[in-house]
Amino acid sequence: MTMTAIDTATLKQQSEALFQRKRLMSVGLPTLVLAYLVYIFFSFDILGLVQKLEADNARALVADSYSYKTHVERDNRSGAVNIAIEGERKGAYSEGTAPEWVTLGEETVIDLGEGHVVTYGAENFVSYEIPGYGRITAQPSRSQGVQAQLPMDDAPDWINVSKNRMTVTTDVGRLTVTRNRTEVFRYFTGWELFFFTLDSPYHGVGFGGVMARALGGEASDIWQDFWTNKMWRHQDVAWAIFETILMAFLGTMGAAIMALPLAFMAARNFSPFTIVRQVTRRFFDFFRGVDALIWTIVLARAFGPGPLTGALAILITDTGTFGKVFSEALENVDEKQIEGIQSTGANPVQRYRFGVIPQVTPVLLSQILYFLESNTRSATVIGAITGGGIGLLLTQAMITQKDWEEVAYYIILIILMVMIMDWFSGWLRRKLIKGDESGR
Amino acid sequence: MADLTSGVDEMRADYLALTRRKRMMDGILLAIFVALMVSGFMIADDRNAGGFWDGLHRVFDFPKEVLGEAVEKVGAMPAHFVNFLPSLLETINIAAVSTLLGAMLAMVLSMMSTRGMAKWPRLIPLFRRIMDIMRAMPEIVIALVLIFVMGGGPVPAMVAIAFHTTGALGKLFSEVNENASLKPVEGLQSVGANWTQRMILGVMPQVSPNYLSYALLRLEVNIRASAILGFVGAGGIGYELRNAMSWGKGQYDEAAAIFLLLFGTIIVVDQMSSVLRDRLTHGKKEKVSA
Repeated sequence: MTMTAIDTATLKQQSEALFQRKRLMSVGLPTLVLAYLVYIFFSFDILGLVQKLEADNARALVADSYSYKTHVERDNRSGAVNIAIEGERKGAYSEGTAPEWVTLGEETVIDLGEGHVVTYGAENFVSYEIPGYGRITAQPSRSQGVQAQLPMDDAPDWINVSKNRMTVTTDVGRLTVTRNRTEVFRYFTGWELFFFTLDSPYHGVGFGGVMARALGGEASDIWQDFWTNKMWRHQDVAWAIFETILMAFLGTMGAAIMALPLAFMAARNFSPFTIVRQVTRRFFDFFRGVDALIWTIVLARAFGPGPLTGALAILITDTGTFGKVFSEALENVDEKQIEGIQSTGANPVQRYRFGVIPQVTPVLLSQILYFLESNTRSATVIGAITGGGIGLLLTQAMITQKDWEEVAYYIILIILMVMIMDWFSGWLRRKLIKGDESGR
Repeated sequence: MADLTSGVDEMRADYLALTRRKRMMDGILLAIFVALMVSGFMIADDRNAGGFWDGLHRVFDFPKEVLGEAVEKVGAMPAHFVNFLPSLLETINIAAVSTLLGAMLAMVLSMMSTRGMAKWPRLIPLFRRIMDIMRAMPEIVIALVLIFVMGGGPVPAMVAIAFHTTGALGKLFSEVNENASLKPVEGLQSVGANWTQRMILGVMPQVSPNYLSYALLRLEVNIRASAILGFVGAGGIGYELRNAMSWGKGQYDEAAAIFLLLFGTIIVVDQMSSVLRDRLTHGKKEKVSA
C-alpha cells in the first residue's frame, strides 16, 4: 500500500515535470521563432523596403504582362507618322498602312474609343477631344515649346503641362507632346502578334482562315511565318527549352554513370580498403560541397557560356550526391541473395549482375528520376548565370525592363516545363520500377 | 512420362524465348539511351561558346590562378573572412528564414490537402494544384521579378525561396500526413475541439519529427539556392562573389576567400543537419521502445 503511494507520488512528480517541460516548449518555441522573425524584420530592413518599393514598376509590369500598347508617333520635324506595336521596329506597320482606328491622310485621326479622338493636324497642330472635359490643343514648335491650351485654366492631375512637355493620361490611352515629337499610346488586352507579325500575309486572317489556307497547301509557309515570328521568336524559345532539358538530362545521367562505379568503391561491403573508401567519400563531399554555383563559374572559364557548361556543372555536383546515396543503397543490400547466386557457382561479375544490381536498381532509378526533375529547375537557374537555355532568355527579357509580356510567357513555359518533367519522371518511375518487380 | 518431358521442353523453349526477348528489349533500351547521351552531348557541345575538347585542358587554369593568388596573399585571408562574414550571415539568414516561413505555410497547406484533416474537404484538389505550381516555380523567376519591383537586397531572395520551399515541403509533409493516425483527430473532434486545436494537439505530435527532418534537409538546399540568388543580385555572399569576380586577374584573393567560406558553410550545415536528422529518427526509436 505504501509502495503504491510512493509510486503515485513520484509518478505525479514526474508527470508534473513533464507537463512543465511541455508548457515551456509550447511557449518557448513560438517565442523563439517570433524573436528570430523580429530580428530578420530589422536586419533585412523591411520598413525601409516598403518605402523603397517602386509601385510604378510593379504596375507597369503587371499591366504589360497581359496587355500591349500601340504607338502612333509623329516626328514634328519631318511630319512623318509611324505606327508600331510596342514602339518596336519588328512591330511597325509599313508605310501607308494603319490599324482601322487610325485614319491617315492630310490629317491623322486617331480614334481611341469611348469618344476620345486625337487629331494630328497640319503644321504640327495636335488636338485631343475628351468627352465630358473638352478639347485640348497644342502647337509644338522648336522655338516656343509645346504651347498647350486647356479648356479650363486648372489642369487636373491626369494632365501634366510644362513649357516643353505635355502628358495627358486617360483611361483609354496616353498623349505625349514634346517639341520634337507627338506620341499617342493606345492600350489593348492580350499578346499581340503572338502567331504572325504584321509583315506576314497571315496576320489578322483568323484561325479558320489560316486553317483553310493550310489545307489549301500553304501549311509550310504558315509554319515558317509562325516559327520565325520576330516578336515572340518561337524557334529560339523552343531551342532554349530544349537546351534546358538537355542540360538536366546530360547532367543527371552523366552523374549517375560516373557515380555508380565510385559508389562501389565507397561502400563498406564492396570495398575492402579503408583508404580507398575514405578518399572516395571525401571526393563526394568535395563535389557536393563546392556548390553548383562555383562549378558553373569555374567551368564557364574553360568552356565558355552555353549548355555544355551547365550540363557539366550539374554532372559534377550530382556525382557527389549520387555517390553518397548510391553507396548507402549498396551498403543496405541483402547478402543472402548474393550468397544464393554464389552457391550456384556464379563468378564475381555474375554475382554483381544478378545478386546486387536487381536489389539496388529501384532505389537508384527512383533517385535518378527524382533528380532529373529537380535538375530541370537547377538548369534554368544555371542557364541564367552561364548563359544558356530558357534561363538566359528570361534574364534577357528582364533586362530590357519593358518586354514583360515575354517574361510572363517564359515564366508560364518554365512552370509547364517543370510540371511536365515532374509528371514524366513520376510516370517513368512507376513504369520502370513496377516492371522490375514483375520481371526479374 | 513422355508427355511430361515434352511439357518441360516446351516450357524451357518458352522461357528461353522470353529471356531472349527481354534481353533484346534491354539491349534496344540501352542503345537508345547511349544514342541520346552521345547526340545530346554533341548538340550541347555544338551550342556552347567553347568546345569540350578545347576547354578540357583549361579546366584547372582558373582554379589554379585563384588558389595561387590565395596562397600568395594568404596573410590577407583572415581579414577577408572577417569582411565577408556579414554577407555570409545574410545568406544563411535568407536560407533560414525562408525555410522557416516555407515550412509553416507548407504545414497549413499540407493539412488542407490531406483527406481526413482538411478543413474544407472539397478544396483538397485546389490546394494540391497550388502546391504543384509553387513547387514548379524556380526561385530565380520570382527573385528577378521582385528585384525589379523592390530593388536588390535579401527580401526578393527570401520570398522566392520561401515560395518554392512551401511547394516542395508541402508535398513531403502531405506524404507524412497520409501515414498519420486519424484516431486522435476524431477523438478531439468528439470532445468539441475546433480545427486548429485538432491539428495542433492531434496531428502535430505525430508528424513533427518527420516535418523537422524534411525541413532540415531543405535548409541544406536553401543555403545553396540563397548563394546562387545572391549572384543574380539578391544580396548576401553570392553578390559579393560576383563583385569579387569582376575585379579580374590579380585580385582573385577575395573570390578565393568567398569560395572557401561558402564551401565551409555548406559542409558545416550539411554535417549539422545530418547529425540532427539522425538524432530525430534515433530519438523516435527510443520513445517507441520505452
